[in-house]
Order: sequence, then C-alpha cells, then structure tokens
Amino acid sequence: MADFEIRDLRASVEGKEILKGVTLAINKGEVHAVMGPNGSGKSTLSHTLMGHPGYTVDGGEVIFKGQNVLALQPDERARLGMFLAFQYPVVVPGISMTNFLRTALNAKRGYDGKDKSKQVTPKEFRSLLKGELEVLHMDDSFLPRYINDGFSGGEKKRAEILQMAILKPEIAILDETDSGLDIDSIKFVAEAVNRMRGPELGVLIITHYTRILEFIKPDYVHVLVDGKFVLSGGPEVAERLEKTGYSEWGDTEELKPEEVA
Amino acid sequence: MATVPKVDVGTDYKEKYGFFVPEEYVFKAKRGLNPDIVKEISWMKQEPEWMTKFRLRSLEIFRKKPMPNWGADLSVIDFENIFYYLKASDKQSKSWEDLPPDIKATYDRLGVPEAERKFLAGVSAQYESEVVYHSLQEELTKKGVIFTDTDSALRDHPDLFKEYFGTVIPPADNKFSALNSAVWSGGSFIYVPKDVRVEIPLQAYFRINAENMGQFERTLIICDEGSFVHYIEGCTAPIYTTDSLHSAVVEIIVKRGARCRYTTIQNWSTNVFNLVTKRAMAYADATMEWVDGNLGSQITMKYPSVYLMEPGAKGDVLSVAFAGKGQHQDAGGKMIHVAPNTTSTITSKSISKAGGRTSYRGHIKMYPDAKNSKSFVKCDALLLDDESRSDTYPYNDVDAENVTLGHEATVSKVSDEQLFYLMSRGITRNEAETMIVNGFIEPFTKELPLEYAVELNRLIQLEMEGSVG
Repeated sequence: MADFEIRDLRASVEGKEILKGVTLAINKGEVHAVMGPNGSGKSTLSHTLMGHPGYTVDGGEVIFKGQNVLALQPDERARLGMFLAFQYPVVVPGISMTNFLRTALNAKRGYDGKDKSKQVTPKEFRSLLKGELEVLHMDDSFLPRYINDGFSGGEKKRAEILQMAILKPEIAILDETDSGLDIDSIKFVAEAVNRMRGPELGVLIITHYTRILEFIKPDYVHVLVDGKFVLSGGPEVAERLEKTGYSEWGDTEELKPEEVA
Repeated sequence: MATVPKVDVGTDYKEKYGFFVPEEYVFKAKRGLNPDIVKEISWMKQEPEWMTKFRLRSLEIFRKKPMPNWGADLSVIDFENIFYYLKASDKQSKSWEDLPPDIKATYDRLGVPEAERKFLAGVSAQYESEVVYHSLQEELTKKGVIFTDTDSALRDHPDLFKEYFGTVIPPADNKFSALNSAVWSGGSFIYVPKDVRVEIPLQAYFRINAENMGQFERTLIICDEGSFVHYIEGCTAPIYTTDSLHSAVVEIIVKRGARCRYTTIQNWSTNVFNLVTKRAMAYADATMEWVDGNLGSQITMKYPSVYLMEPGAKGDVLSVAFAGKGQHQDAGGKMIHVAPNTTSTITSKSISKAGGRTSYRGHIKMYPDAKNSKSFVKCDALLLDDESRSDTYPYNDVDAENVTLGHEATVSKVSDEQLFYLMSRGITRNEAETMIVNGFIEPFTKELPLEYAVELNRLIQLEMEGSVG
C-alpha cells in the first residue's frame, strides 16, 4: 500500500462530471507529474484532493495515513500533512504574511492557543523564515505585506513554495506552479522544491506544460484527458508530450508555454 | 491569616491623591425623571444656580422633543424605570457574584486582572491606578493642561467651563442630548493651552473615580490654538451595567491649527441602548479625528460629527461596528462644511454576524460658502452569514460650487475562496474567519495604540467564537 492512494476518484462541479475515475498511488520520496490539456480535469483534481467546497465528490476514496481524507475538512487534511500550492493564490487583505505563516505553522503543530510548548518561538520562526527566504531569492520586505496583496505573479508562486517550505508537508500538490512565471522564478521555485525532495516528501506536480519538469525531474508522468488517465510512465512520457503535445488525444494545441517577460 | 495593614490617608487625601471617599449622604436613589429629581441631582453636586437652571430647561426640552422616527427602534425604552443618578456608594453595592455568567466568563478569557474586572463591572472603583494618575497629573499641570472629571471642572474652573459647555451640542439638538443635559454626571474635561502638545494619550482609565463610566457622562474638550491631544475612552472588556440606557454627550472645540483625536472602544453588555451625541467644531486649519469602535450593546446610535467652521479645517471619522445576534449598530458620521477649502473623510467598517444588523448612516452637508471643499465617504460591510443584514443611508446636501464629493460602498461576504485558502494551510474555519474579520478592520486597528489593537483583535476572536454576549 502506497503512502498516498487515490482510488477511482470521481468528482463534479455544478452537476457536471469532471473526474471520471482517477487512480494514483504516490509514495513519499517520489515526484509524480499529472499533465493534461485544458479542461481535462487537472484543477478539479487538485481542488478535490484538498477539499474545496465547490467540488462534489461522486465516488472513490483518497487514503492517507489510514484515513479517507475526502471525509475531512481542508484544515484537517493540511494538519495531516497535505499541502496545495495554488495556481491562483488568494488575496486576504489586512493580514500580514508573517502573521499568516506563523498562524499556519502553529496550526500545523497543533497549537490551539493553550499548550504553549507547541507554539513556535519567535527565534525559531525567524531563523526558519530567513533560510527559506534566501533559497527563494525573496527579501524581508515581503513579510509585512498582506497575504498575496499586490504580489506579482512570480512573488505569489514563490510565496506558495515558501509556505510549503515552512509547513513541511508529506504530500505536496503543486497546481500549475509554473504558469505565469518567468524563467528565473521557475528556477528559484524548482531549486526550493528540489531541496525539499527526499524520503519524507511525496510531490504531485499538476501542469499543462513540460517546462517545469526540466527543472523538477519527475519519477512518473501521467496524462489526464477528459477526467481519466490515458497514459502513465516514466520521464519519457513528458519527452513524448514535448514533441507531439496532446494531439494523439484529439487536442491540437501546441505544447509551448506562453511567453512571460 | 495575613492582616492587611491599614493605611492612614489623612484628611488631605483629596488634594494628595485626587480621589474622593464617598460621603454618606442621606439620599435614596429613585427611579424616573421629574424636576424634583433633577434639582436633587444638582443640589447633591452643589452646583451653581446656572447649571441647575440649565438642567431644568433641558428637562423641559427633553419632554417636548419627540423620539427620533428614524434609525433603530427605541420604543421599548421606559424612561420612568431608570435611575438617573446613583452615588458611587450605591453603584458599588453590587457584588461580583451578581454579574451575569457570560460577562464573568469574558473577563476570564480576556485575562482582565481582578481589580480591573470589578471596576469594569461597576463593582468597585479601581484605586490602584491612582498612583499612575497622580504622576501624570503633575506632568500635565506643569504644562497648564487640565484633565479632570467634568463635575470637578465645573467646580474648579467655572469660567472656562461656562464659556464652552453646551456650545457645541445645545440641549435642543436632539431628545437624548436634552436628556443628558438634564441629568449628566461624570465624563472627562480637558483643556489644552495654546501650542501645547500632549504626547501621551489621555485615558479616562487613568482618571479613576466611580463616576467616570456613568450612564449620562458629559465630556468637554477644548484644544487651544496649535495644540494637540489624543483622548481615549473605554476599553475592550465588556462594560456591565444593570441600567439599560447609556446616553452620553461629547463636545469638542478644536481651535486654529490644533489637532484632536478622540478614540473610543466600547463594548457594552447586550442589554444596553447606547445613544451618544458626539460633535466637534474645527476652526481654521484645525484637524478633528474620531476613531470610534462599537461592539456590544443591544442598539447603538452614534454619528460623530465635525463642523468645519473655517478655511482649512479637516475632519475624519473612522469607525467600526460589530453586530452579533439580536444587536443593531446604527452608526456613521456627519461632516458639516461651513467654510471654503475644508476637507473630510468618513470610513466606516461594519461586520454583521448571526442575524445582527449594521447600518451606516452619514450626512455630508456643504453650505454655499464651502467652495473648494472635499469629502470622501467609504463604507464597507462584511456579512458573515445569510441571516445578517447591512444597510447604507448616505445623505448628501451640497449647496456649494466647485466641491468634490465621493462615496464608495461595498458589501461583501467572507469568501469561500479566502476561507479555503487559509484552511488549506491547517487553520481552522473559525480561526480563518476571525483572521478575515481582523484583516477587514485592520485599517481601523492600525490607528489604535498597540495594546488596544491587541485587545480588539482578541475580542473579535471571542465574538467570532460566539462566546461573548
């Protein structure tokens, strides 16, 4: 039994069936990529795994640490060790990134305002932040800013990876993390993710394009078309897609990323 | 068993420590309102005749004035069933055990020290603060600043008092200002001389006296030319009173080039009708800032206003209202532009939860002389659920040419996307909602002194858990 198992997952949005039976086993230490054309169900997969209320589970289960996480609230999934790096990080005005990161880290550690021993100390928090900011080539000035408020595309995505580095999940889902990123940002993000790779982390990269996979080498690549996997294999699957795109599944769009200045 | 050493405060305690030991008058508090009770109040306080007459005239006006026919429903107030004046000793006769359990629980959770709780609850006065107050007083006295309770000011500074009292808010302004004028007691009196800047905020909290959280307190602040003062009233712990009506009057005069900031954070227990008239006159190049936080109470009606009397005057209102179950917060602000080149802003933030109702009610008036004036109003409402309600009632009267008037209103709900985002990081739904609310009022919180900001955030947290009121 794998560390994280998606079994025959079916999900719909506003009554429309999107995921039509997705099965995938991820072990810690592995990096899986899910690739697919627009409308194939990639973001439905990421949102359903994390428990977004707008997505309805129609069947299947997701087993992590002996529990079916589909029965859990998003915060419970996060505290269990799951993480979603958002394609479109959400703006929350009035709350500083520092406050947010500290609150999230305390929550992850099970601090509920009572048992002070679980609370992150200011010193520990500062040194943790400092190290991770360096890896992501970010400076302190972003910490007092409100959550994602006025962030550039690159800043938002780096901030997502920073959160991941701070929270240290065991299963991380990176949803289109490369979209809207310039090449430098992709490199910094990839460097940070690669540093976290290891026996304690399983990664699921969801992407339309192969570009990010040049920097974060996947162990397995799965092709999602119309809510189902149509092809699974090793890194060579990505190479094949690089050449032919999704044309063999009827999608004629070229597999070139949008140019980002 | 330890014995408490008895301290002999001597006979000069009043001058030395600035407080009164309540004297035992033969006075039995009575409910209801009539000229005899008003005369008795005035006699008890040994007031000059002009004040007795002022009170009696105000009582007449109160009787003639109709209840406001707009805003919240006030028909349930029974004016005959209220104590209009209680001596400190009567107020202290309550015991800690008599307090409702929710109020006691809130003090526990806020971590309010025992002595302070009793004070807030009206159980006893907090003489511990006298020392702080005393050293502050010395500093102020050196600069010629007067900071005292309003009753003492009438006695000790009669000319200054008479010159300004009732000039900003006359008794006939509205039914509740008339009521306050008839039965007022307590409140703060501040005079800041020309060009004096009081760098630390003055807090009613320092000026301890059992009267200072009265139901009908009357505050008068005079900022002479070029001066500055920041006055803070209230605190975030709920103020418990068995009496259901709080009707204060606050008058402020800000002279040429002076600046006054008046910060209120009040959290009345949910049986209270909180009906307050606050108004400032700002003269040439003067600035008046109202920072007003309203939590608690059953009904609050409060619209701090600034009369911009001379060119260059500036007025600001920044307010926050939180309405939970069964509560109606009807708040806003008024800016009356009388002179040219005057500017004003009103920023109102309201939060409604569990069927609570918030209303923004604002009035911008620009008289013909107010040319080249500017006003901007922004009201944002946050609804936490479908049962809650928020309304906006902006009234604009513009009779001047070449003026700018902006109004922006938003109503939003705590968004699913924001909640999902925060929860996906392990933060519970309740804590995520609290963060979003605290983020929403952050433009307000950042204007508060740090300790108040922290307390306000904690209080919002308690309100969000539904454990308050």
